[in-house]
Amino acid sequence: MYSKKITPQKVIVYTILGFWALTTIYPFVWVILNSFRQKGLIVSDSFSLPLGDAFTLDNYMTATQRSDFKNAYLNSFLISGTVTIAVVLLAGLAAYALVRYTFRGKGLLYSLIMAGMMFPVFSTIIPVFRLEAMLGIAGSGNRWLSLVAVILPQIAGNLCFAVIILMGFIQSVPIELEESAYLDGCNVYQIYFHIIMPAARPSFATVAIFAFLWSYNDLFTQSFFLRYPQERAITGLLNEISSQAGVNYGLMAAAVVLVVIPVLVVYVLLQKNIIKGLTAGAIKG
Amino acid sequence: MTSMIYKRKSPLFVFLIPTFLMLAIFLYYPFVQNIINTIMNIGGLGRAADGMNTPWYVNYATLLKDPNMRTAMKNTCILILCTIVFQVGIALILALLVDTIRVGAQFFRTVYFFPIVISATALGLMFNLIFLYKGGMVNQLLLSMGALDSEIKSNGKMIVSWLDWKDQAHFLFTMFMPVMWQYVGFYFVIIVTGLNNINQDLFESASLDGADGWQKTRYITLPMLRNVLCTCLVLAITGALKVFDLPWVMFGAGMPQNQGWLTGTYMYDQTFNKMNVDYGSTIAVLIVVLGVVLSNVANRIFRPSEDY
Repeated sequence: MYSKKITPQKVIVYTILGFWALTTIYPFVWVILNSFRQKGLIVSDSFSLPLGDAFTLDNYMTATQRSDFKNAYLNSFLISGTVTIAVVLLAGLAAYALVRYTFRGKGLLYSLIMAGMMFPVFSTIIPVFRLEAMLGIAGSGNRWLSLVAVILPQIAGNLCFAVIILMGFIQSVPIELEESAYLDGCNVYQIYFHIIMPAARPSFATVAIFAFLWSYNDLFTQSFFLRYPQERAITGLLNEISSQAGVNYGLMAAAVVLVVIPVLVVYVLLQKNIIKGLTAGAIKG
Repeated sequence: MTSMIYKRKSPLFVFLIPTFLMLAIFLYYPFVQNIINTIMNIGGLGRAADGMNTPWYVNYATLLKDPNMRTAMKNTCILILCTIVFQVGIALILALLVDTIRVGAQFFRTVYFFPIVISATALGLMFNLIFLYKGGMVNQLLLSMGALDSEIKSNGKMIVSWLDWKDQAHFLFTMFMPVMWQYVGFYFVIIVTGLNNINQDLFESASLDGADGWQKTRYITLPMLRNVLCTCLVLAITGALKVFDLPWVMFGAGMPQNQGWLTGTYMYDQTFNKMNVDYGSTIAVLIVVLGVVLSNVANRIFRPSEDY
């Protein structure tokens, strides 16, 4: 299927792919370079290498001294980790049932899921805040309760998207796999955990990546529920630093790098799961 | 056979109740509350309603007459079209191309996703610098190519007529380009995952029948991707209606001269800056109604009829 010869066709393909890759990598390089650049040089000269006099580590020193990064990382990972696990578990089960079962009200439930994707978070956040305040979760001043107050609406906010994505992929899992497992005596729960989840693994990884990212980068919900310094999560910290930094773009760039690195690590770890052909070859004929 | 496995309906409760319970409490109930808020008179954020509006439909009447709302609708419609054509289109082309190569495929898959990882605050700042009026990257590039008029005054200073990327003639491009660019990787990942789920046997038997690369793409890949592409379409429509953070960081409240509103930014501005909570809720209702209607239309047109 693949040949090693260099054909004009291949050159064109690589040129197009390479060009797009450049547009996605360069901004990130730009941010990293400028995080090492001397204050004030970014606006006048932001596109050269920060060498010699222009090079500095001050931006990182200032960022870590001014703010409690360790605590913020911990908060962010507790929130986004919990959200990711809950979303993958709940959405997988629901998507499986919506694809494979036929029952009355299926169309209605599907429409509800679709509608759920349209709700902008600004429209639900005020009622959610009042509800959670009534239950004593939000605004209690207790760090752990405040984290729960962010986690719950974030799970709900990610579920609809996850169900839609997983439904698309569970549909393409060949049903013969389930039939042979059923003949071997598996019940539906075993079929779900031993057949569906492994077969649809790339899509579960995809959903997990998005749930984690959106939770981690969701400044809006975080700033609504996490109001005390010890509760602050990492994106909120970035916002705080950038609002204090003014035109100190170097400090801002350093904070961005510190915020982005954990996400990149999570992404690179999880995207290895997206291996070609997990279902291909699992069944013959 | 299938009906035998899934005939017993009792597991349905275990599968569905946790998800729909979460959604009911933290999504549907708040949204219903939000609809009720549209006919209430609410003095400010987090305050209880001071009773109903008189007449109760006053917010909906305002919605029809509001010129800013009309601008926001127009811009958002353009954004939806651009999203479908460019975002999903570019993502599909890139995904198909990556599928034909082996060396470096993993690299491209990884890097195309980078823009989504970086937070919107940082991206907005970056694009502000790139499109800066005086000496931004794009303008400096244009100047060096001689595309901008410049004259050297007698005192040696150079006067350049910089291009204002945020003026009335250019703001749509400046606003939409970053949004498009950021989320191409998102649809790319979804389509690539869909490509990976296509049974390889199909391609092998097509090769045995003498199909060439383009025929395989046209008659196997695209039809097999139909479900995935339809998902992308729905996500693109609902996503465009909700777009908020990047335009907000770059353009703020409706720049230039109230021409730059989107439904998302206008709703946020009304709710959290103008403290017009009940009117903001009304815009949110409109966003949801539009999203449901448009994605149903998309589904009617593109989704194969037999399955959800």
